Amino acid sequence: MLEVNGLSVAYGQSEVVHDLSFAVGTGEIVALMGRNGMGKTTTFKALMGILGIRSGSVRVNGQELSASAPHQRVRSGLAYVPQGRMIFPNLTVRENIMTGLQTRACAIPQDVFTLFPVLLEMSQRRGGNLSGGQQQQLAIARALTTNPSVLLLDEPTEGIQPSIIKDLARVLKEIRTLRGLTIVVSEQVLSFALAVADRLLVIERGQIVDEVTAMSGAAERVSRYLSV
Amino acid sequence: MEGLTLEEFGAILVMQGFNGLSYFCVLLLMALGLAIIFGQMGVINMAHGEFLTIGAYATFLLSWLSEHYAPWFMPYYFLLAVLLGFAAAFAVGHLTELALIRHLYRRPLDSLLATWGLALIMQQGFRSLFGAREVSATLPDWLLGSWQPVSGIDIPLNGLFVMALTMLLTAGVLILTYRSRWGLQMRATTQNRVMAGAVGIDTQQVDRFTFALGCGIAGVAGAAFTTIGSTGPTSGSLYIVDTFLVVVFGGAQSMLGTVASAFSIAQASSILEFFMTGSMAKVSVLLTIIVILMMRPEGLFRANVRR
Ligand SMILES: Nc1ncnc2c1ncn2[C@@H]1O[C@H](COP(=O)(O)OP(=O)(O)O)[C@@H](O)[C@H]1O
Ligand SMILES: [Mg+2]
Repeated sequence: MLEVNGLSVAYGQSEVVHDLSFAVGTGEIVALMGRNGMGKTTTFKALMGILGIRSGSVRVNGQELSASAPHQRVRSGLAYVPQGRMIFPNLTVRENIMTGLQTRACAIPQDVFTLFPVLLEMSQRRGGNLSGGQQQQLAIARALTTNPSVLLLDEPTEGIQPSIIKDLARVLKEIRTLRGLTIVVSEQVLSFALAVADRLLVIERGQIVDEVTAMSGAAERVSRYLSV
Repeated sequence: MEGLTLEEFGAILVMQGFNGLSYFCVLLLMALGLAIIFGQMGVINMAHGEFLTIGAYATFLLSWLSEHYAPWFMPYYFLLAVLLGFAAAFAVGHLTELALIRHLYRRPLDSLLATWGLALIMQQGFRSLFGAREVSATLPDWLLGSWQPVSGIDIPLNGLFVMALTMLLTAGVLILTYRSRWGLQMRATTQNRVMAGAVGIDTQQVDRFTFALGCGIAGVAGAAFTTIGSTGPTSGSLYIVDTFLVVVFGGAQSMLGTVASAFSIAQASSILEFFMTGSMAKVSVLLTIIVILMMRPEGLFRANVRR
C-alpha cells in the first residue's frame, strides 16, 4: 500500500503541491483527477524521487522512501509510467522491457506478454518506432517488470485513440487482479477514471479538494472540477 | 617523387598503410573510450590522453622489472602489461569519477576546464615519478621484425599484434555494450537518464563503471602505444586532439562511425605524411574534415531513428 503524508513540492521558490495527504490500500485503484497544471505530474515525480520535496513522507508497505533515490524506490516496490511514456527510443521493445529487470537473470515475467501480446510481435522493433498506444503498453510492461507493489501512471490516456483507452482500462484492472497491485492513475478523462478506479481524488492547485467513491453521482460531482 | 614506378608506388602505399594501422589502433582505442564517456554523461575528458600515458608507463615499468629481475619473463611480459595498463587506468579512472567527474555531469564546459586541469596535474605527477625524459619499453623479440608477404613489402609484426589486440578489444566493447546487462543500462541511461533511474537503474554506478571502462581502454591504448613510440609525461596529450577529431568526425553516437573515422583519419595522415611534411599532412586532413563536417554536421554516421 501507499501512504503519502504532508507532501509539499516546490520549483525553486514557488510551491505547487501543498501538504498533500492520501493513502491507497493494497489492491485498490485510485484516480487522481485534475485539469492541466494542477500538480498531478509534480506529485508523481516527487513520489518517485525525481523531484526533491520540501516536506512530507512517502511510505510503501510501511517503508519510508522520502530520502531515497529513484532506483532505490523502484527496488522498494514503486513503479512509474510517466506522462509521455518516456520509452527509450533506440532500444528494442524487448530491451526496453529488460531495463526494468532487477535481477541478473534475463527472464521477462510471462504475464507481461500475455497482457500485451503486441509487444511480443514487435519485440525486435525499436521503441521509438512504435505508435502511441503501443508505447503506452510498453511503458506499463517495463514498469511491471520491476515487480512492483505500487504502480503510478501519469495520464496514461493522453494522446491515445478512444478504442485503445477501453482496452487500457480493462488491462489495468486485470493487472490489479493478477498481481494484487496498488494503482494510482492521474487523469483528465472522466469516463476512463470511472471505468478503472475504485475511488477518485480531485486535485486543484496542488491540494486535494474532494474525494468520491466511483458510484452513481460521482460523474457529475467530479466533472465540474474538470470543466474549464 | 620522380622515377617512381607504379609498382613501387603501390608498395609505398601498402607499407604506409600498415604504418598507419598502428596509429589507427591507438586512435581507435582512445576514441572508443572518449566516445562512450561523452555519450554516457556528457563529460568531455581532456585528461583522456593521460590515461593512455598511465598504460604506457605501466608497460614500461613491467618491461623494466622483467628485464632486471626476471629475464625469463621477457617474452611474456607484454601480455601482462596490456592487462596491467587496463587495470591501472581503470582504477585511476574510478577514483577520478568519485572525486571529480560526478560533480560535472551534463556540464560540458566545466568538465572541459576541470579535466584539463586534471591533465596538467597528472602530467606533473608523471614528471615527478618517472622524470621528464622519455623512456622506452623493451619489446619482446617476437614483437620485433617484420613479415614479408611479397618482396618489397615489409609489415612490422608489432603492428600486426597491436591490430589484433585492438580488434579483440573493440569486439569486446561492442559485445559488452549490446549484449550485457551493463551495456543495456548504459544505453538506457544515455538515452534518458531520469527514466533510467525511474525503472530502477543505479545511474551513478553505471556512470562510474563507464568512466572507468573508458579510461581502462585508454590504458590498453597506452600499452599499444609503447610499440610505436617512446613514453614521456606528455605522450598521451599529443593524441587528445586527434582523438577529438575522430569522435566528432565519426558522430559521437555511433561506434561504427568511430571505427570508420579513426581509420580514415589515421590512414590519410600516414599516407599523406609520406608525400608532404607532417604538418602539411595534418592541415590537409583537418581541412578535409572541416569540409565534410560542414556538409554533415552530425558526423559520418548517425542513428536512424525517430526521436
Ligand atoms: N519544471 C517546472 N518549473 C516550474 N514550474 C513548473 C514546472 N513544471 C510544472 N510547473 C508548474 O507546476 C504546476 C503543476 O504542474 P504539473 O504538475 O505539470 O500539472 P499537471 O500534471 O496536473 O498538468 C503548474 O502550475 C506548472 O506551471
Ligand atoms: Mg501532467
